[in-house]
Amino acid sequence: MTLSRIIMSRIIVRSAAALAVALVFSVVVVQAARAQDSEPEAPTRQHWSFHGAFGSYDPAQLQRGFKVYKEVCSNCHSLKLIAFRNLADPGGPDFSEAQAQAIASGYQVTDGPNDQGQMFQRPGRLADAFPPPFANDNAARAALGGALPPDMSVLAKARGYEWGFPWFILDAFTQYQEDGPDYIHALMTGYTDPPKGVTLPPGAQYNKYFLGHAIGMPKPLSDGQVEYTDGTPATVDQYGRDVAAFLMWAAEPSLDARHRLGFQVMIYLIVLAGLLYFTKKKVWYDVAH
Amino acid sequence: MSGHATYQPQNGFMKWLERRLPIGGLVYSSFIAYPTPRNLNYWWTFGGILTFMLGVQIVTGIVLAMHYTPHVDYAFNSVEGIMRDVPFGWLLRYVHANGAAFFFAAVYMHMARGMYYGSYKEPREVLWILGVILFLLMVATGFMGYVLPWGQMSFWAATVITNLFSAIPLVGDPIVSWLWGGFAVGDPTLNRFFSLHYLLPFVIAGVVVLHIWALHVVGQNNPTGVDAKDEKDTVAFTPYATVKDAFFVSLFCIVYAWFVFFIPNYLGHSDNYIMANPGQTPNHIVPEWYYLPFYAILRAIPNKLAGVCALGGAIVVLAFLPWLDTSRVRSANYRPLYRQFLYIFFAAVVGLGYLGSQEPTGGYVIAARLLTIYYFGFFFVILPLLGLLETTKPLPNSISESILSKSAAASSPSGAKV
Repeated sequence: MTLSRIIMSRIIVRSAAALAVALVFSVVVVQAARAQDSEPEAPTRQHWSFHGAFGSYDPAQLQRGFKVYKEVCSNCHSLKLIAFRNLADPGGPDFSEAQAQAIASGYQVTDGPNDQGQMFQRPGRLADAFPPPFANDNAARAALGGALPPDMSVLAKARGYEWGFPWFILDAFTQYQEDGPDYIHALMTGYTDPPKGVTLPPGAQYNKYFLGHAIGMPKPLSDGQVEYTDGTPATVDQYGRDVAAFLMWAAEPSLDARHRLGFQVMIYLIVLAGLLYFTKKKVWYDVAH
Repeated sequence: MSGHATYQPQNGFMKWLERRLPIGGLVYSSFIAYPTPRNLNYWWTFGGILTFMLGVQIVTGIVLAMHYTPHVDYAFNSVEGIMRDVPFGWLLRYVHANGAAFFFAAVYMHMARGMYYGSYKEPREVLWILGVILFLLMVATGFMGYVLPWGQMSFWAATVITNLFSAIPLVGDPIVSWLWGGFAVGDPTLNRFFSLHYLLPFVIAGVVVLHIWALHVVGQNNPTGVDAKDEKDTVAFTPYATVKDAFFVSLFCIVYAWFVFFIPNYLGHSDNYIMANPGQTPNHIVPEWYYLPFYAILRAIPNKLAGVCALGGAIVVLAFLPWLDTSRVRSANYRPLYRQFLYIFFAAVVGLGYLGSQEPTGGYVIAARLLTIYYFGFFFVILPLLGLLETTKPLPNSISESILSKSAAASSPSGAKV
């Protein structure tokens, strides 16, 4: 019996050691492989006003970001799921209803068919969604040399960066969920000349944060391009951050309400758990267990 | 149920009802007077948590279904409509989506507890097998639910998983087209997945009734693995177990709410916020975290058919656990070797989960193969042999004896303390 126990514990130690070695080995191999190919660079994490349980959107930043979207991005990118009325929703860019109405009437929206069976153009209303810049995907491709600009409605949640171990565990505790905005900001600032020996396909630009590095979108922003009236620096870095914040709001318009309700729910649950803990102590007081 | 008074209806209506439908007596004997071992620890609260989660998923799911459109052209945008235009729709959706993850987290804890304390052993085999059936139903329900938002990961997960059936010789391809309702994952597939995703939770609820029934026939296991013998070993379900369950459910909800309100997309994949596009394969197709260990087993095996068999076998083997484990001692507390092998098994499953999230290249494949060998070796080699070779620790004569010796040991050095 003792012999079998010794053999068993040896087997345990060996199998545990073998598993550990295999895991370490595999991680080393893959890290090495990863360093060689054209993986995108990790975006730099920015400070976001909406990060964490008490974070909320900065309306001034969302308004600046909207300006960048309107003057630059919207030439190619649609925002189909956002209606003009959303611009005046609480927890958003904080435009008044009149301002949102004014923005809407600056757009021409296709409506119809009318009594004659014809489609027609009319100024936008609050209930309308942002009209897309192209009639359809093929029209966009035809106009832009084959590249299709993605719709921006949920883009900030549809992009990200995988930091790998141990960050993916730590981020659950620090509540870091802003990889999408980080990526968008990085992409705006990531246009560089291609490194030596790298040839790009015709029409493509080099961007160090883009997967594969060859991006179809020409460098969209340059310093001073969009006029800021509130004294915020008019730099690509700032434009990128502002438009990323605006797109995060577009993707997650209920974030402020969610954080507020979450705080209330947490207080409720913690008090409830405390009360139940003492109830349990009382109920089990004279029961040995 | 000796020692506990039987149900005596107090008011006139309950007296009237009890003579026609003795539901008061059923509830009383099942959830109030039901004797539960007094030494249960908090690992025994996951059954209650799972029942709670099933309720949460069914209630949120029914409301979500009122606003959802199961059509390839509208599904993605209807989910976004829920997020934007339905009052508290974002809350419903995040509670439901994260609820699936927490449902699985709870079921894995529940299964791990069963394995650690030998809860599958005689006379609880049927109870355990019903549990394995529940887990299989959960896997199917969760998978079909993940397809419904019709994002890129939804679509490609549906494609990859349904394509697994094409590995079956001769009839594989016809089965796959039959599952799809066409020649690719499309509108008919989405519609039937929605239909089944709505149906299966009620099947789960039915099997849960059987699971609880079987539990109440054989009684709960406990950390010693020794059967409860008399009323000194047990306490009444209410208030003792109910208050304990309620306390732990509230703790569980704190973690759950942390995810729902502060990091609701942490467990999801960003690609699933891109509308499904059959013409564009994502860079890296990964299932939800709770399927990753099985996904790693599938990819560890170079042959497709063998991989699919291993994937299914990894779950089905659990049903045979009562007979693969040859030891007569239930609790790992009294089985020192089993306990160590079991901890390595848990570590191997977590390791497989990590490997399942990585690209299947180089060392990751080798590691996944080693861990897969351990996974099956644990069931087919280690468990049968351990029962014959292992020297177990002496078992207490009864639950109350183990409690007495524990409290004596605890109170002797530092004086009386409850």
